[in-house]
Amino acid sequence: MSKQIDVKDLNIYYGDFLAVQDVSTTIAPRSITALIGPSGCGKSTFLRALNRMHEVIPGAKVKGSVELDGQDMYGRGVDPVLVRRKVGMVFQKPNPFPTMSIKENVLAGVKLNNKRIKKSEAEELVESSLKGANLWNEVKDRLDKPGSGLSGGQQQRLCIARTIAVKPEVVLMDEPCSALDPISTLAVEDLMAELKNDYTIVIVTHNMQQAARVSDKTGFFNIEGTGKPGKLVEYDETSKIFNNPSEKATEDYISGRFG
Amino acid sequence: MSTSTQTREPAAAELTTGGRRFGDQIFRGLSTSAGLVILTALFLVAAFLLWQAWPALVADPADVRGGKGLVHYIAPLLVGTVMAALIALLTALPLSIGIALFISHYAPRRLASALGYLVDLLAAVPSVIFGLWGITVLGPGMIPVQGGLVDYLGWLPFFGGTSSPRSMLVTGLVLGIMILPIMTAVNREVFLQTPRLHEEASLALGATRWEMIKQAVFPFGKSGIISGAMLGLGRALGETMAVAIILSPSVRYTSVLNTSGNPGTIAADIALNFPESSGIDVNTLVASGLVLFFLTLVVNMFARWIVSRRSEFSGAN
Repeated sequence: MSKQIDVKDLNIYYGDFLAVQDVSTTIAPRSITALIGPSGCGKSTFLRALNRMHEVIPGAKVKGSVELDGQDMYGRGVDPVLVRRKVGMVFQKPNPFPTMSIKENVLAGVKLNNKRIKKSEAEELVESSLKGANLWNEVKDRLDKPGSGLSGGQQQRLCIARTIAVKPEVVLMDEPCSALDPISTLAVEDLMAELKNDYTIVIVTHNMQQAARVSDKTGFFNIEGTGKPGKLVEYDETSKIFNNPSEKATEDYISGRFG
Repeated sequence: MSTSTQTREPAAAELTTGGRRFGDQIFRGLSTSAGLVILTALFLVAAFLLWQAWPALVADPADVRGGKGLVHYIAPLLVGTVMAALIALLTALPLSIGIALFISHYAPRRLASALGYLVDLLAAVPSVIFGLWGITVLGPGMIPVQGGLVDYLGWLPFFGGTSSPRSMLVTGLVLGIMILPIMTAVNREVFLQTPRLHEEASLALGATRWEMIKQAVFPFGKSGIISGAMLGLGRALGETMAVAIILSPSVRYTSVLNTSGNPGTIAADIALNFPESSGIDVNTLVASGLVLFFLTLVVNMFARWIVSRRSEFSGAN
């Protein structure tokens, strides 16, 4: 259920503009990897390239390879739709489908690609996914109510439930807590620690305390200046990055000297 | 702000405006009166229709045109109006959704904007042109098509007999083409406004583009699609010129659409007969106009009801 990601010489372009340059790294299965760095340094772009979501933006393209347990997801004939079923994504702003109930939201991904599932299986899946997202107890009595009626933190956990209902190998999270209050943030962080047992998790965050709290490894992205490409400056064990970074730029950033 | 602090006036002066802000008041007055003008106009039109139609409503059936009473005169026209408008809507709705989707989600950007202009241009063509085109080009061109429909779908109650270039089907199709631009324009705007967040949510779950459209674009755009359809339907119900030119009406009821045996529409009937009418005949025509007025009112209320039915799930909360 959990796979390793190998990134080799990844360059990401928006049209002719090089946004991320020469990233090579390995993300271990069953771990949480945090990506930190100042705004505009390319960490979200890099995250999106891990499930080909950057292709939604016109003109975006990549060079290099991203392998999922040895399978290149940019290889010839690879269907981005199938890549995204293996590599799920949770967004910055909670985005449950407003026209769907809580239950329908959880099943939204499962019912895609002409899949039919039995009613009993669907109910089991709804329950297990919502339990997996620590949301079951709060919503079990109102599964048919609209998902948009939940609080922000609950909506975000609903989105996580929707993502894990598809049973992906990897879950990408793009600043999943930046729109949440501290208590909801704690709930999502606790959830990440549990999800780590089954999934490879990559999270982009602006909150360095969060990166230090939840992640096993941390990558620091930086740009040298406006118009320059973002680079992965340092990638190491989280404790090393926050206590004894090898690079000067990393140390400056985590000690709050810039960014 | 004066230096004399003996009274409490100066301190308060900074925070009080004397209870009025001219800009706000002017704007409130303008928007309130704009709203009132609409209501008044609607009321005046309804009152005029009732007043002018009244003599026909109470007249002796034998005096009404056709000699069998008001209901006998208006009912076929009502049926004809609804038929033509329904054919138009059934043609234009899927087409407009398709074109709008192509422009908003499939076409390359340059082609999309060119196509958008083209559709807007179509909206600017006067209805009399559509009427002339319908009777000189589409009508004759539809003869073999209608013949084919009779041959292959003749078992349906809609096709049979001798096809006419001035049939209800041709009229409905021309109306459909006429209401296509407005519906396409509305749908395109609605589809373009689908929140990026919802589209990405769907794609990130592994949806294909079509599945994303079904999951994110259509649910978001549903009320807009219905509003656009109602705008189009309203125009089709009230369209006069094109129908008056194309349709060759009779006063029978039939479900067959490809012959010249269908009743006319209210709007076209008024336009064709009003110049030569006088006395009770004028009142009869106004009465049919009153029926058309209520029909569009009912259609609009029905549409609003559909839109509001699942407002809890609309995403507005």
